[in-house]
Amino acid sequence: MTRLLVGPFNRVEGDLEVTLDIDDGRVTSARVNAPMYRGFEQILQGKNPHDALVYVPRICGICSVSQSVACARALASLGGIAPPPNGQHVTNVMLATENLADHLTHFYLFFMPDFTRPVYARQPWHAEALRRFAPQTGEQTRAAIAARQRWFTLLGTLAGKWPHTQSVEAGGSTRPVEAAERIRLLAKVREFRSFLERELFAAPLELITGLDSEQALWDWHAQDPWRGDFRLFLSMVQSAGLASLGSGPGRYLSYGAYPQPGGGFEFGSGVWLASTGSLMPLDVSGIREDATHAWLSDAAGPRHPVEGITLPDIDKPDAYTWNKAPRLAGQVIETGAIARQLAAAHPLVLDAVRRHGGTVFTRVLARVLELARVVPMMENWLRQLQPNAPYCVPSPAFTEGVGVGLSEAARGSLGHWVVASRGRIANYQIVAPTTWNFSPRDKAGTAGALEQALEGALVQPGEATPVSVQHIVRSFDPCMVCTVH
Amino acid sequence: MTNPAFNVLWLQSGGCGGCSMSLLCADTTDFHGHLRDAGIHLLWHPSLSLESGHELIGLLEQIVSGQVRLDALCIEGSLLRGPHGSGRFHVLAGTGIPMIHWVRQLAAQARHVVAVGSCAAWGGVTAGGSNPTDACGLQYEDDRPGGLLGSEFRSASGLPVINIAGCPTHPGWVIDSLMALASETLGDADLDTLGRPRFYADQLVHHGCTRNEYYEYKASAEKPSDLGCMMEHRGCKGTQVHADCNTRLWNGEGSCTRGGYACIACTEPGFQEPGHPFHETPKFAGIPIGLPTDMPKAWFVALASLSKSATPRRVKLNAVADHLVVAPLARKTRLK
Ligand code: SF4
Ligand code: SF4
Repeated sequence: MTRLLVGPFNRVEGDLEVTLDIDDGRVTSARVNAPMYRGFEQILQGKNPHDALVYVPRICGICSVSQSVACARALASLGGIAPPPNGQHVTNVMLATENLADHLTHFYLFFMPDFTRPVYARQPWHAEALRRFAPQTGEQTRAAIAARQRWFTLLGTLAGKWPHTQSVEAGGSTRPVEAAERIRLLAKVREFRSFLERELFAAPLELITGLDSEQALWDWHAQDPWRGDFRLFLSMVQSAGLASLGSGPGRYLSYGAYPQPGGGFEFGSGVWLASTGSLMPLDVSGIREDATHAWLSDAAGPRHPVEGITLPDIDKPDAYTWNKAPRLAGQVIETGAIARQLAAAHPLVLDAVRRHGGTVFTRVLARVLELARVVPMMENWLRQLQPNAPYCVPSPAFTEGVGVGLSEAARGSLGHWVVASRGRIANYQIVAPTTWNFSPRDKAGTAGALEQALEGALVQPGEATPVSVQHIVRSFDPCMVCTVH
Repeated sequence: MTNPAFNVLWLQSGGCGGCSMSLLCADTTDFHGHLRDAGIHLLWHPSLSLESGHELIGLLEQIVSGQVRLDALCIEGSLLRGPHGSGRFHVLAGTGIPMIHWVRQLAAQARHVVAVGSCAAWGGVTAGGSNPTDACGLQYEDDRPGGLLGSEFRSASGLPVINIAGCPTHPGWVIDSLMALASETLGDADLDTLGRPRFYADQLVHHGCTRNEYYEYKASAEKPSDLGCMMEHRGCKGTQVHADCNTRLWNGEGSCTRGGYACIACTEPGFQEPGHPFHETPKFAGIPIGLPTDMPKAWFVALASLSKSATPRRVKLNAVADHLVVAPLARKTRLK
């Protein structure tokens, strides 16, 4: 057996290190380390609860709106208020803008460049991959950055700036939208839609969302296998074996995405189990964070976030990361677009996951599918804005009590739990999507989702940073700064 | 190209990665082409390069040993000195070496050292609250000179650390600074007393704020989403804060005040601990404590009471509404 220390990983958010045990050219065991700690949960203690809306977006520069939304919901639940319909729609538009930008950035800037590596030099598509996705020179890479820049002008208007807005309030949005502005915002959404329909899919979004089985997907792919960047990716799936690479734990969590004024979500919530192929209702009271293998105090045992404790303990034996190990009813969970689309019962993702499980292929598939599904929703929410109706209700003083804010970031389920006492934050705990996906072992020694997904990965002779490991790691689109905050 | 490229290395430590994400929102149709045309070569950037793991570590070693020329070391995120000065709150993955050691060694080789964002400049939000990781900036700890590299530090160019402060920092501030450095047109005189490039730090956020008419009449917003000036009640520090946010807009057309919320002074040292709730204006005897830069208090009080008594009805009513309730009169006569 040999041991390989891999890191720093490029093109993931934050710093990441993975220790691999290798036998016979395969990973037998992996340990995932988030090597940077800032201590937001400690920084927030003693603050005025409303001030959390300034601090928490700064947990993460890639999903700062997600953090703001989870915080705003936690405060709204603490204060017993609800945003008016305009505030809810605008918040959804802001969150969707960020989530889709993340999907786009992930695909073009983080994930696809690995196919330009020399290991793939013999593949028929390698020259094309280089032309499209070479970092810094790739044609599509550059086009995607330009499209992303234009896309974020939506948040220039609605959020004042991105990242780190304070327009997301417990009571709604501070940025009312006038009728003429709404027309301009719709035009910007259309501009992004045409980028996707021209470059990524080379097909109408409705054709993509209408693909209702894996067979339908491959039939469409076969019509013109390299046309559009998504179909080129599907060609790579076939020749690089991505459909069977990186199987996760088979349990998928979604808190539900894009709540609607009348109640309910655009993408529903639940826990989808591969073992039964069915969706179970969500019970967040079963969440526990286990710090056995984190450089954090675990003296009080695994805790629900409302009672969570975050206190560095750097010389702890057996600890190997700053990340805690969240478990739902004691189980390891995977979260992300794949979980959302399973909970939302999209037939293509259901079919693909039933065949392959959660793998590099199905994770990327779900993420790309969301680009096609959410853009039309945004058009719809913008159309529903009522001119001259309120966008925000004022916040109460948030003096006492407990608040829970659940949301879906691009990378998956994000939860904030706040406890207020005498007008101050007594406790604030955050469980981010990558906290779930990149969790270390728990007390029972059960490996986290990525740790499980890496088992069995191929290590080719001479590889110091195995490409299969890079695909698997990036298929989760990890955000290490969120993970340990 | 006749000149050798201007080599930039970009590393992240105790921050959120937001300055990198903001950078990609730079106002250009071709981000990489824009840099290339300015002679800027990214040796490595965490989000934009192919190299991972040992490939990057090899590059860092070559820079430290002087084999690869480093023109600008860009550090994003604060420097985590804890626990007990060990730097173990951030050990650079794959190396076993705390990031603060890497930064010290690389800074010693760099022609310029650039703090990208308020974390790297002053410590920023990471140094908030109890500052659990003992975070600081490259050459400052809040407004106190020192930080990781010490107040005497000068990079090979002779300049102190260039503090492109902001949380996040504006992509235009970064690109303009790098282009000025690459063309050797940024010198000591172009930095303010806190090491910030003066091209943006000699402005105030208040300049160009769309709420200036409300400010003139002290017609003030009372709750989030109101249209009035946010200085009197809602914590806006725009009249004191050095940045050009309302003339060089964010993401095409934004700014904090245009987004409906206060400027919280994110370009200023120590902004993370204002000593009052961010969205409430601290007052003494009903008068805001933080008065506009260059304005004596007595004048402010006199002007405020005069302008309040002269506030047009339109301005007064719109200030506390989330949309225009009274439009400006359209007169029938020709304007004089
Ligand atoms: S809101 Fe702030 S920046 Fe705008 S006018 Fe008022 S004080 Fe100036
Ligand atoms: S308006 Fe103030 S808080 Fe907002 S980005 Fe500019 S300097 Fe920072």
